[in-house]
Amino acid sequence: MAEHSHPGPKLYFIIFFTLAFFTCATWAIAFVDLGILNPIVALAIACTKAVLVILFFMHVRYSDTLTKITITCGFFWLLILITLSLSDYLSRTLFTT
Amino acid sequence: MSTSQTTTTEHHPALAHQFDSMAQQQGASTFGMWVFLLTEIMMFGGLFAAYLIYRIKYYDAFVAGSTSISVSWGFANTLVLIASSFTMAMAVWSAHKGKRGPLVGFLIGTMILGAVFLGIKGKEYYDKYDECHIPGHVIGKGFNAWGGCSVNNPGLGNIADEIQQHAREAGVSVPEASAMQTARQTEIFFSFYFLMTGLHAFHMIIGMGLMTWLLLRSRRGDFGPQYYTPIELGGLYWHFVDIVWIYLFPLLYLISRHKGAI
Repeated sequence: MAEHSHPGPKLYFIIFFTLAFFTCATWAIAFVDLGILNPIVALAIACTKAVLVILFFMHVRYSDTLTKITITCGFFWLLILITLSLSDYLSRTLFTT
Repeated sequence: MSTSQTTTTEHHPALAHQFDSMAQQQGASTFGMWVFLLTEIMMFGGLFAAYLIYRIKYYDAFVAGSTSISVSWGFANTLVLIASSFTMAMAVWSAHKGKRGPLVGFLIGTMILGAVFLGIKGKEYYDKYDECHIPGHVIGKGFNAWGGCSVNNPGLGNIADEIQQHAREAGVSVPEASAMQTARQTEIFFSFYFLMTGLHAFHMIIGMGLMTWLLLRSRRGDFGPQYYTPIELGGLYWHFVDIVWIYLFPLLYLISRHKGAI
């Protein structure tokens, strides 16, 4: 933890170009038919981008443990909301017909 | 933490008395900002969950609605917002290093990119107005006391035509009544589209206000390596709004694009 301060412009440039690359990738992949994988790939890329923004632009990688745990709890709550809701709606038609 | 600090009365003017040090104050402020951002996640999270449930239920209508919005503008806006996050991160870094000139410059850059985003969003909204796709079909081109878009439903009719067109290309025949029903269900997609992008744009407008305030304070020389908490927290807010868009773009613009037009 010697380097407690913020990362510098060089790292920000790398993150920016990575984000731009992923944006181009998600746009290009959207026009390829991957069947069920299309939304999964799009959301996986979105999650990767969000994590990069949170860790580096928002300095969470360099913040204290309390902040890290609190943020993790918040996103875990979101995960519960989405997965439990969707596991209901996605499985309703499974055993009919 | 040390009690010896109470013997000195000299401290940074921005240090509130309940804190021992500037570092502790900034830590507490950052934590508080994150707690606020988590409540924002709860608000947007509810909308995302509702959106996903309706998307499963009315998938065909969501595909038709999604392919009617411009993926090119959405893509451009994503790049603009990512660039604005970069300039914001650089603004925070400049404040931390005590560079007042670059700080002011990067804040102005962030505001310009934010304005470009809102401009493109406005253009997209105008297109939807023009195509009579605004839910309710009352507000739209040719709006008048007798209903404007509601007469003959040109917006829905065009979507129904497109649904039949795509089905023909795929070698399937869709009856007009069924295509029209799907077209009516696109109003659910457009309701989510306007609610979610509208709430996001509202956050952008608030962000622009915050940037203006930070810009004025930066020019006055309020911030330095010892104290730049408002810049840091403004940055957290701006990046959060960016993250919301990072999810809105694939969810709203990229549903089954390989089947539809650009």
